[in-house]
Amino acid sequence: MSEDVFILGINMTKFGKHPDLDIQDLGAQAAMAALADADVSMGDMGILAYGNLVGQTFGQQLQKQIGQTGIPVYNVQNACATGATALRTAIMAIKAGECDMGLAVGVEKLAGAGLLGAGGGGGSKDGHHWEPSGRVGAVATTDGRIGTQQMPGTFAQVGMEYLYKNDYEGTPFELFAKISVKNHKHSTLNPLAAYTKEMSLEQVMGDMMIAYPNTRPMCSANCDGAAAAVVVSAAKLKTLSAEQQRRAVKVSASVLTSDPWQEACQVLPDVNTLTRVAAKEAYEQAGVSPEDLDLVELHDCFATAELVHYDNLQLCEPGGAVDFFESGAPWRDGSTPVNVSGGLQSKGHPISATGIANIWEVCHHLRGEAGDRQIEGAKVGMAHVIGLGSACGVHILESSAA
Amino acid sequence: MSTKTQIPHVDYLRLGDRPHLVANECTSCGARYFDRRNACASCFGTDFREVEVATEGVLTSFTIVAFAAPGVPVPFVAGVIDCDGTSVRGNVINTEPDDEHVKLGMKVRLATTSLGTDDDGIEAIGFGFEPAEGASA
Ligand SMILES: [Zn+2]
Repeated sequence: MSEDVFILGINMTKFGKHPDLDIQDLGAQAAMAALADADVSMGDMGILAYGNLVGQTFGQQLQKQIGQTGIPVYNVQNACATGATALRTAIMAIKAGECDMGLAVGVEKLAGAGLLGAGGGGGSKDGHHWEPSGRVGAVATTDGRIGTQQMPGTFAQVGMEYLYKNDYEGTPFELFAKISVKNHKHSTLNPLAAYTKEMSLEQVMGDMMIAYPNTRPMCSANCDGAAAAVVVSAAKLKTLSAEQQRRAVKVSASVLTSDPWQEACQVLPDVNTLTRVAAKEAYEQAGVSPEDLDLVELHDCFATAELVHYDNLQLCEPGGAVDFFESGAPWRDGSTPVNVSGGLQSKGHPISATGIANIWEVCHHLRGEAGDRQIEGAKVGMAHVIGLGSACGVHILESSAA
Repeated sequence: MSTKTQIPHVDYLRLGDRPHLVANECTSCGARYFDRRNACASCFGTDFREVEVATEGVLTSFTIVAFAAPGVPVPFVAGVIDCDGTSVRGNVINTEPDDEHVKLGMKVRLATTSLGTDDDGIEAIGFGFEPAEGASA
């Protein structure tokens, strides 16, 4: 295996509404803070990997604000895995020996965009003359008439499918709502989360229904935010200060997958197989097992998604995600704390920032710098993201002091 | 019935006396696709044949969409139906859209529904799945 790579510095902005900051402001805020956290400068960077999905901006625009040094910029887009993809791009450049330090940035402005993927579908083709078009010769829009193509309903079906396959006999709505209660409770300790309000089961279930069984607080919150990370090679790290070495976090595994063909993937995106494949490869790369994880930040874009990833990431026995959740394991005082940041449901989901922000959360704990929400003695953590279409990023991180 | 009075919502819906769905099946590996594929996503083969998809199946997942794009009537039930081994995406229709009437594992069958008539007098016909007779959910 090629050289080890470490996170030298990392930062996320407060997630939420930033009406006075544009995309470059947000990106610059995270990037400059990550560089300061690493105690290095733009002059040390050998690569910039940049992700911004909805805003369609480029890393070169960010360079104009923080330093134009002529280094290669890789502008990446990979749905909700964009941030993880940017980070992985910088890691690959170091592993390839092209440079010894790199910067990855993910930024998004979404506040006011409504619920992720809900509404705002393509223009209706309903006209006065039925005219077949596209690969299925549709004479009218299919979204809403042949199932749903929107995110809340898609991920609702992902969770319901898991319950069907595992012969669940309880009440799906209540089960999934309880997962959201957990994450909203966790968020009360995270000052950077967009929403930090505890919610009761009654409040979660009584809120506006978006796509059964997901109510509004069970959906990821659209918001503004950015996150950035400075990565460094092991050899370069050895030349840096003792303090930099102490705070550096080892990237024990960095994996990116796409969705392999499955029988039903043409009708319901398969977010399971690519996550399972990524997790398996990550555990092998890192040489750790699920029991070694002190915390996990997984892609709870909807409460229904969190459940299936307990299983996909091997946090429980195959088919045992419901029992795992009901045992209390994923609560912050449980055996495998999941989404102690509050998750996407409370922290927010500024798409391209998400895949670096979850790494930031894990690093924060591994460095022992997470304050009130510190998972005591955390040494190993996992960060997972899924982008529909699909892309999955899994990173396993380890404290240098370990 | 004139063939010009009706048009299917999508080309994989076949109308007539016995409405049903068809799929493009890879002759190498048997993977089925409702849309046109340049090559098979499973085995990369390029030879396909048209096959009929079973009209009865089991609801293996669903959601009740309450919040959708403008122009899409809500609530509606979107689901995945296992039609004898072929997974199909469709709405569950002709029943109340709530979790009392729609259950995981319920038996359903293909049903057609009108999408309206255009200026030429042609009626577009869509499909969904309705609870099958005798299904106790
Ligand atoms: Zn094939």
